Parts: sequence; C-alpha cells; structure tokens
Amino acid sequence: MDFATLLQMLDATMRLATPLLLACLAGLYSERAGIFDIGLEGKMLAAAFLSAAIAAVTGNVWVGLLAGIGASISLSVIHGLASITFRGNQLISGVAINFLAAGLTVVVAQSWFRQGGRTPQLTDGGRFEPITLPFAEALRDVPVIGPIYYELISGHTPLVYVAVLMVPLTWWVLYRTRFGLRLRAVGENPAAVDTAGVSVITLRYAAVAICGVLCGIAGAYLATALQAGFVKDMSAGRGFIALAALIFAKWRPWYALYACLLFGFLQAMSLRPDVIENVLNFRVNGQLLDVLPYILTVVILAGFVGKAIPPRAGGEPYVKER
Amino acid sequence: MDVMPKWADVVLIPLISILLAAILSALVILAIGENPWEALKLMVQGALGSTYGWGYTLYYATNFIFTGLAVAIAFHARMFNIGGEGQALLGGLGVAIICLYIPWPHWTLALLGAAIGAAIFGAAWAAIPAFLQAKRGSHIVITTIMFNFIAAALLNYFLIGALKVPGSMEPASAKFPEAAHLPSFQDMFSFGESTLFRGAPANITFFVAVAACVALWALIWRTRLGYEIRAFGHSESAAKYAGISPTKIIMVAMLISGALAGMMAINNVQGEAERLVLNAVEGAGFIGIAVALMGRSHPFGVFLAALLFGFLYQGGAELALWTSIPRELIIVIQALVILFTGALDNMVRMPLERLFLSMRRAKQ
Repeated sequence: MDFATLLQMLDATMRLATPLLLACLAGLYSERAGIFDIGLEGKMLAAAFLSAAIAAVTGNVWVGLLAGIGASISLSVIHGLASITFRGNQLISGVAINFLAAGLTVVVAQSWFRQGGRTPQLTDGGRFEPITLPFAEALRDVPVIGPIYYELISGHTPLVYVAVLMVPLTWWVLYRTRFGLRLRAVGENPAAVDTAGVSVITLRYAAVAICGVLCGIAGAYLATALQAGFVKDMSAGRGFIALAALIFAKWRPWYALYACLLFGFLQAMSLRPDVIENVLNFRVNGQLLDVLPYILTVVILAGFVGKAIPPRAGGEPYVKER
Repeated sequence: MDVMPKWADVVLIPLISILLAAILSALVILAIGENPWEALKLMVQGALGSTYGWGYTLYYATNFIFTGLAVAIAFHARMFNIGGEGQALLGGLGVAIICLYIPWPHWTLALLGAAIGAAIFGAAWAAIPAFLQAKRGSHIVITTIMFNFIAAALLNYFLIGALKVPGSMEPASAKFPEAAHLPSFQDMFSFGESTLFRGAPANITFFVAVAACVALWALIWRTRLGYEIRAFGHSESAAKYAGISPTKIIMVAMLISGALAGMMAINNVQGEAERLVLNAVEGAGFIGIAVALMGRSHPFGVFLAALLFGFLYQGGAELALWTSIPRELIIVIQALVILFTGALDNMVRMPLERLFLSMRRAKQ
C-alpha cells in the first residue's frame, strides 16, 4: 500500500468515525449520569431526517443542523420523562425511541416530499462543505507533512472538527468542573448527591439534554455532510456501534476517541476490500469487518481483556427516600 | 396489600395504554393528511374482512406469538432479551439445514425435526449472552443487541456462500423438498368447491404456536422450574437464599427464550418461504418486545397481543397498498405501544393508583 492510499484510508476513517464519536460522547454523558441510552440510534436518525428536510426546504444547512438537534432533543425529553420522571425501564424506553424514529422519519418524509421516504438531494448551501485550513495549499508540497496536513487534517466539514474538539471539552467538563463531578457522582451514587443538596432530577435531565444535542449533531452530520440528504434507516446501526465504542472505552472520553477511530477504520476498510487484499494478499470477509466492533465489544464485556464496569447506578431510577 | 384490584392491573392499564397509543397514531395519520377512521376501516376490511386477510393476520400473529413468548419468559426471570431477532435468524438457519440435508419422508416428521433444529439453533445463539450474563456479569441487553448484528452478518455469509444455489445471483438457499412443505390453511380448511384462505401464508405452525402458549403457561405456573424462574425474577437475593442457583435460572430462562424465538422460523422459513432468504425475520423479533409488554408477559396475553399485531401488520400492508400511508406507520404504532405499555407504564399507573386509593377511602 502506498502512502497516498494510506492517507485516503485514514481520511475516510476520520469521516466515518465522526458520527460514531459524537454519538459515543452523547451516550457517555447520559450513562455517566446513570441513564442508560440505547436510543442513540433513533435520535441520530430523527436528527438526520429533520436536518436534511429543513436544509432542503430553507437551503441553509445551519438551520437544518438546529432542526436536527431539536428533533433529537425532543426524543431525549421522552426518554427523560420515561426514565427520570416516571421511573420507567430505561432500556425499554430506548427501544421505543429507536422504533419511533425509524417509523416516523419515513412516514413524515413520504407525506412531505413524496420521494419514497427520502428527502430531496441537498445542493450548495444545504450541505456542509469541506473547509481548507490555513496554509494547507502552501504546505501541500512539503514531503510527508504536507500531504498529511492537506489530505488528512485539512479539508473536512466543520462538524468533524466539532466532534474532535468535543473530546477534550468532555474530558474537561467531566473531570475539571463542579458539574462534571456531580454528573459522575449521580451515576455512581445518586443518594449521596441528593444528600449534598443537589437535585438528582435536574442533573440527570441536563445529561440527557446534552446527549440529545450531541446525537443531533451526529445525525445532522450523516445527512448533510457525509451524504447529501436523508434516506430510510440511514443511521444503519451506527448508534449501536457508538454504544459498543462507549463500552470499549469504558465510559472515558479519550478512550472513546480511540475506540471510535478504530471502529471508523474498520468501516473504512470494509469499503475498500481491494486495499486489504493488496496489503494482506488474501481476501478478508467484508461481513467480518462489519461485525468486528460488535464481536470486540462482546469480548470486552465478557471481561477477557480488562473488565468494563458501567456506572454503578446506571439503569436504576432514583427514588427519593421519604 | 395491593393498591389496585387485580383486574385493573391486568386489563385496565393495558387498555388505557393502548388507547393512548391509538390516539397518538390517529393524530399521526391526521397530520399526514389522511382520515384515521377511513384508515381503520380499511385495515379491518383488509385484515379481517376475508379468509385471505385472516390467513395473513394469523400468519403474522404466529411469528409474534413465538417472539412474544420468548421475550415474556425472559421477563419472568427479569432478563431483557432484545436478541429475539438474531435468535430467530439463527433458527431459520437451523430449519434450512434440517430441511435441505435430511430427506424427510413426511411433513409431520419434517415439522418435528425442523422445530427441534430451530429451537436448538435459537437456544444456542441465546446461550452465549446468557452465559456471559450469568458468569461474567456482562449486561445481557448489550450482548444480545451485539448478537443480533453478528447473526445478521453470519446469515449473510451463509446465504452468499455455502447455502446459495450455485449459479444463482440471489442470496437465498435452495427450495426445500416437497416432503418438507407444511400444509397451509388453504390445504387444511378447503373442502370440495369452497377454497378458503386462498394464497395466504398461514399454516399449521399456528397450532404449534398455540400449543407453545399453553406449554409455557404450564411451565411458568405449574412447575417447580417456573416457580424458581418467577421467584428469581421477583428477588434475586431471596431466590438465592432459598437455594435457587442464579446461574441455572438465567441459563434455563434464556435457553427457553432463544428456543422459542428460533422456533418462529418453522413458520416463516419452512411454512411460508419454503427456503431461507435474506432478512427472513423482518423485525418480528423486535415486535416480540411490544407483544410481551402488552400481554403482561402472560402467555394468554401474549396470544391476544400477537393477534392484535398480526392485525396491525396485515392491515398496515393493505393501507400501504390502497392509500399513501407507508407501511412504516406500523413501526410508529409499535413504538407507541412499547412506550406506553413499557416505559411510561407509571404515567398511567400513578394517577390510577391515586384514584383507587381515594375511592377506597371514600368507601370507608
């Protein structure tokens, strides 16, 4: 494999890892606060649809992004109501949200645009365009560093940089702010947080809302940056891969970045079977690459390669003592 | 003492939840510019207005009985088996192997063999997540989700590889031999001139599903094992104290669950398609969740809920055929049922409990 192909693969890895990373960090906030969220997939899908629809109608991708975030947050509110206010089963709520999004997006898309459950193709202004970072053109001819900077680091859509910057931001919020400390505490021992006079309900709703915003960006990225428009079921299991990455990263932000890059790289590889064949001299089964994230996650969950211990109060509704 | 009488818990709450789901579905239909009443009439006509419609309704219901029972038995042990989809896919693989490679003399034997094969394959696919939950504490919801994806890829692999008909481009197995074909309702209920259930896929598996309901009821409420499963589901620590092994209960409940989900394949693979095709389960594994929640994990409730969803599925297909309402509306209804009967259960329950409490106080 030559250097240019490698760069291409890594570039594709970045693009494919971005929605995973955003959704993974979204899940991280929610689960660190003790709210399991298997509805990441549905929130992404709803956001993908509404962002594409609004971007197609208004011609402005930023309005589309806001609409996508709105769609995702409204599903978050349902999840919050079910799992915080009414102390229901968080997993069942997540399942319901996934189906709600899978069904509603197609039903609404069909009645709105009449294109078989998709939105119109997005054109200029309706999509996020790649941005060229400063000096990328000038440095292009510098050996090694030039192509890396030009191909790999520069030339992505804005949301890719947002996703990457979210990692240190999340780390800082979780480990260096009062809010982050309380957020982590409420996922481990909500009674202690309550005793300290901090509202468990407010904290958990805040976490679920942040989760909604990040899933919204992830979904908008799918429909307005990675592709040009919404198609049925376009999230294609990414929400679950993000969940897998979250477990793989053991609920920590920097490791979430590495896990998502790894899973993004696997996705990039399965898109380019010819490259693998050239490098390894034998054919790797495409299906195997697709399910490798899931298999790796099961192995991690089984505790054979270091144990993944979720936040202790995860999945438990908090009932205040009377 | 319970706050509410039993009938309110068993009948009233599910009814209110379904009513809420129905109202919201009607609003969705209104919002996309169609008439909900006309839509309902069309669905009833299409699903229940002819033996053909009934044939489809009961066919779908058969699938949902199996997957619903699978989720229900796991619920009794307080396990949430989201893996019904994958287990049913694997069950299909089992049915295909049994039907293709064993020369069955008669369909009765083929049915028996295929049922055992489907159950074993489904149970095997549930066994790994169950073992990891029981022995290593890995959350069964996450592992079964992962196993759904792995199962889909595995079937894909077989259908474009070992099981594919040589020379064919389609990712599907060969047609099963004639002797392995199950009698359809059309074969069974047509006498002389009158042909009933013409062309509908409902087949003898429906009665197997009904038998499975009765058997599971007996297992849960009439055997020691069923008692142990329920005791474990109510309180793990109490069950442990009573000498019930958590490992055993988790394994057994999940194996039964996986076997039931797998047995769905005798309906859709052996009964209907008569060969193994890609994505044969079509989401029935997930509908099992809605069915089990709505049926309150009771086999009889599961049966009724499966009939309702069979009606919704066939009615939804008719809607998509005659109006501009896409089939995905059913997924929305399914989501609302899961939401209201499962996740937002307390939203209905809390005000009702208050109502019954105040009524009791007024009486005293």
